[in-house]
Amino acid sequence: MSGYLESQLIILCLSIIYAYGIFLPAASGQLNLGAAGFITLGAYASAWFNASTGAELPIWLSVFLAMLFTGGIAFLISFPILRTRGVYMVLATFAFAEVVAGIVINVEELGAAAGMPVDGHLDVTVIVPVTIFVILFCFYFMSTRLGVALRSIHDDENVATLFGVNVRAAKVAAFTVGAMLMSLGGSLYGHHYNYIEAQTFNVLLSIYILLYVLMGGTQTAWGPLIGAVFFITVPEAIRGVAESAGIGWLAEGRFMLFGAFIVLLMVFRPEGVMTRTLQDRMSGAILRRKQTSIDDAAVRS
Amino acid sequence: MTKNVLEISGMHKSFGGLKVIDDVSFNVSHGSRTALIGPNGAGKTTVFNLLTGVYAIDSGVITVDGEDITHVLPKDRVTAGMSRSFQNIRLMPHLSTVENVILGQHARARKLSSLMFPLGLLPKNDWRLSAEEALDNAGIGTYPGEIVANLPYGVQKRIEVVRALVSQPKLLLLDEPAAGLNEVETNQLQELLEQVSDQGVTILVVEHDMQFVRNLCDHIVVLNFGRKIFEGTPETVHQDPAVLEAYLGTDDEVSEAPHAS
Repeated sequence: MSGYLESQLIILCLSIIYAYGIFLPAASGQLNLGAAGFITLGAYASAWFNASTGAELPIWLSVFLAMLFTGGIAFLISFPILRTRGVYMVLATFAFAEVVAGIVINVEELGAAAGMPVDGHLDVTVIVPVTIFVILFCFYFMSTRLGVALRSIHDDENVATLFGVNVRAAKVAAFTVGAMLMSLGGSLYGHHYNYIEAQTFNVLLSIYILLYVLMGGTQTAWGPLIGAVFFITVPEAIRGVAESAGIGWLAEGRFMLFGAFIVLLMVFRPEGVMTRTLQDRMSGAILRRKQTSIDDAAVRS
Repeated sequence: MTKNVLEISGMHKSFGGLKVIDDVSFNVSHGSRTALIGPNGAGKTTVFNLLTGVYAIDSGVITVDGEDITHVLPKDRVTAGMSRSFQNIRLMPHLSTVENVILGQHARARKLSSLMFPLGLLPKNDWRLSAEEALDNAGIGTYPGEIVANLPYGVQKRIEVVRALVSQPKLLLLDEPAAGLNEVETNQLQELLEQVSDQGVTILVVEHDMQFVRNLCDHIVVLNFGRKIFEGTPETVHQDPAVLEAYLGTDDEVSEAPHAS
């Protein structure tokens, strides 16, 4: 694999992990613009655990401890934050991320504004399997009764309550598990590039990740995967095609075309690319095809 | 004496200065099919909302099967044995038929191991099969995987009843289950409810369709302006002067029974 493709693959994998972290609360209707905050916590916590033990700690253990740490913080802040709704929750989570960045930039032990070197390298042979594991975990998570409960909360919180769903607990669980996934992504980032600084994890990153999820669709576990793959590969693909075709202005201005894409997507697929209905239609078509071939076989025999 | 599944005594509820429910008391005996009727705005749906905890009660006591649930949290009332359907369909639009029914099972599956069981990944598991069976029994087994938003109104109404039923309630609260249904659909609904009642589930139904109420119910409670004005059998309800007055006014010429309004 060429260096360029490998670096793109790493970015794609990290984006997918981040996107699933935002997707879990989004599936229950909670908009979280605090991705950068949780990623920062994960990246710095695992770097710090690693550094403070003189790189004695195995990388997987410091990554795991960072997940627990971030999960703990997310659990604590979820109670005030989940009292807010809609755009107010967007603002509250955004504020949280700003607070995290503000703290990191002012703490000398974490390298302050100069950033922090990270010991222990993780390459593509670790990051890709971990990403696949995260994807499978999220498909499992959404297929459970808790997943059904989260989707119910998205549709009608009050009715979900009347059928015995503990709405608060379900929301806290989704928010916390999502934060732990983002922490994992942040740790992988740190251990891959071996250098982290708070400015990398800015609000633009949070916005992009939320966009991956909303564009991909929050109704099925396919959404964040499709959204992240689309956002990461399409601009690069446009550049590749434009460069090989010798259209310089398109290669430079590929985000203009991409922006137009997004507008069209919002017009024609306001609930995201992958909706529940679309999934049913596709799987229904496959099932029907199977059924007819079985029927045909029965007729022939 | 038959045991009461539901006992309401001295129920009060005001919104601001408006007394919506004013000292309402009645009992629903085990296995009965009770109707709660009254003109528009009488407070029927408010009674349901107080029973299920959507609104907090001002004063009074509610017991379900002998258990005082007056101050039990809404999410725990379903485990006390009470489940409801809604006047306006409130199925989850983005969930399939079978997933809506699976939501109805939630009260019986609140252990962590049940919550984390991958219902969606295993095509044949007990929860899913029992949900499909409940739909089959109600005669709507043909659409298990479909998104409910795309189904006919009458079918959605019956799915609401099935969703309420799979929590295995002692008391089933139905808020205008026949509203907006045509004759065929109403008959199908009645059949389903009779079948449910025969299995020992007590039914309390709010309904305007008097034909439906007379066919289904054995006991009637009438509310008007938040007060109970009548309690008795369907045979005597249309002879009661207070009920006639509530529905038709005080014209002496009128001797018609209350009917669909």
